[in-house]
Amino acid sequence: MATIRIPPVLRPSVGGEREVSVDGANVGELLNALADAHPETRPQLFGDEGDLNRYVNVYLNDEDVRVLDGLDTGVGEGDVLVILPAMAGGSPLDHEIA
Amino acid sequence: MSPSGAEYIKRIRAQIEEVDPSEVKPLVGNGVPIIDVREAEEFAVAHLPGAKSVPRGYLESRIDAAVPDRKQRVILYCASGQRSALAAHTLKTELGFEDVASMTGGITLWKDRGYEVEAPRALTAEQRDRYSRHVLVPEVGLEGQLKLLDAKVLCLGAGGLGSPVALYLAAAGVGTLGIVDDDVVDLSNLQRQVIHTTDGIGTPKVDSAERAVKGLNPDVNVVKYQARLDASNIMEIIDGYDVIVDGVDNFPTRYLLNDASVRLKIPVVSAAILGFEGQLSVFAPYEGPCYRCLFRQPPPAELAPSCGANGVLGVLPGTMGLLQATEVIKLITGSGDPLIGRLLMYDALAATTTELKVRRDPECPICSREPDEIGDEEMGVFPDYEAFCAAAG
Repeated sequence: MATIRIPPVLRPSVGGEREVSVDGANVGELLNALADAHPETRPQLFGDEGDLNRYVNVYLNDEDVRVLDGLDTGVGEGDVLVILPAMAGGSPLDHEIA
Repeated sequence: MSPSGAEYIKRIRAQIEEVDPSEVKPLVGNGVPIIDVREAEEFAVAHLPGAKSVPRGYLESRIDAAVPDRKQRVILYCASGQRSALAAHTLKTELGFEDVASMTGGITLWKDRGYEVEAPRALTAEQRDRYSRHVLVPEVGLEGQLKLLDAKVLCLGAGGLGSPVALYLAAAGVGTLGIVDDDVVDLSNLQRQVIHTTDGIGTPKVDSAERAVKGLNPDVNVVKYQARLDASNIMEIIDGYDVIVDGVDNFPTRYLLNDASVRLKIPVVSAAILGFEGQLSVFAPYEGPCYRCLFRQPPPAELAPSCGANGVLGVLPGTMGLLQATEVIKLITGSGDPLIGRLLMYDALAATTTELKVRRDPECPICSREPDEIGDEEMGVFPDYEAFCAAAG
């Protein structure tokens, strides 16, 4: 059992939970287990080919899984997976840049 | 009976080696550590060329950083040769320094002989008072305060994050504070944008912010840009600043800023907030990752809420803005470990912080190339740019 930390932007898709515990042997299995349990998260996490969306970073403990083995990175008991989508909240300096 | 102070010092001086300034002069610039044991304020006024400051009160805790090898020759001096004699005695008998000497007559005799001293820029009497708590911490000190006074920092936005950043950097004595914001103060801003006041509603944020900054510290030169940051003006606006503080709420501007700051090699202290959570990192071009190394592309517009629409705990931009201001001061003074290559996440509801590693991407479309290889037409552009902007309206 590993823990996935859910960022604010994904919380509405998981019933408001901040953390979700799921089973799986690697990062891909964990994220798929999350997407199976909460289908609304799937298009936010995965692209059409089933790979991780480029605007979502996933960290196993504190390391980016892209510098590990990506979705194949093995996950152990008690590991923490952090989903980090880009955030840009701040001052509305310029809404209409084009 | 206990000896008088003067007798004690005389006794100590007999137990240590003393050298005349004429013997020290040839050692200047020759690799022999020359340690000034006076107070930091005295050192600041004038000191021997190349001397290091280790005030006697910090002798035991700081001498190892200044003189790592206890076998090597060390010269100590003070104003007249008394404090340095006592310090030399401590180094010899308590800390095992084998070849330590005190300069007789101190810097007073040195100057009487007509030898050269370094007299760095000093603070005015009012500045000494205003910044005394900075000068007292060794990580800032007089040198750091002078760097702050010389520094130019650009705040993108005088909003939730920019408010505490501008106020605290002004208080810290940052010499030039640029503020970019094209908005006017609105009542709904005041829940978090503490640089503005109720009677400022309706006035441009840059004017309102300038008033607060000047009221806090009239020394600060405020440069106002009541403008939207875009591809046509960004290079001109950010050029010449030492550090940029980024708190903008939309992705196109973040990418544009990233690309321009990489081209000009200006570090960016970046924060983002949403609800009860904040992110913070420092992007130092070519030294650490850039924003595009962290996020190759922004999320689609429907997954990229801005806090204007989504709400934010009013205190949170204060917390994150102060962490930004802290990183700015560290970058300017060169103290501590800046948050380069690391991303700090703060969850206010849980009261937890999480740190993630951010790596440079060897295939980064921007910072894997030299600054002059990055063209104007590429700045702020990402794969789905047109669609993003259309969706964002």
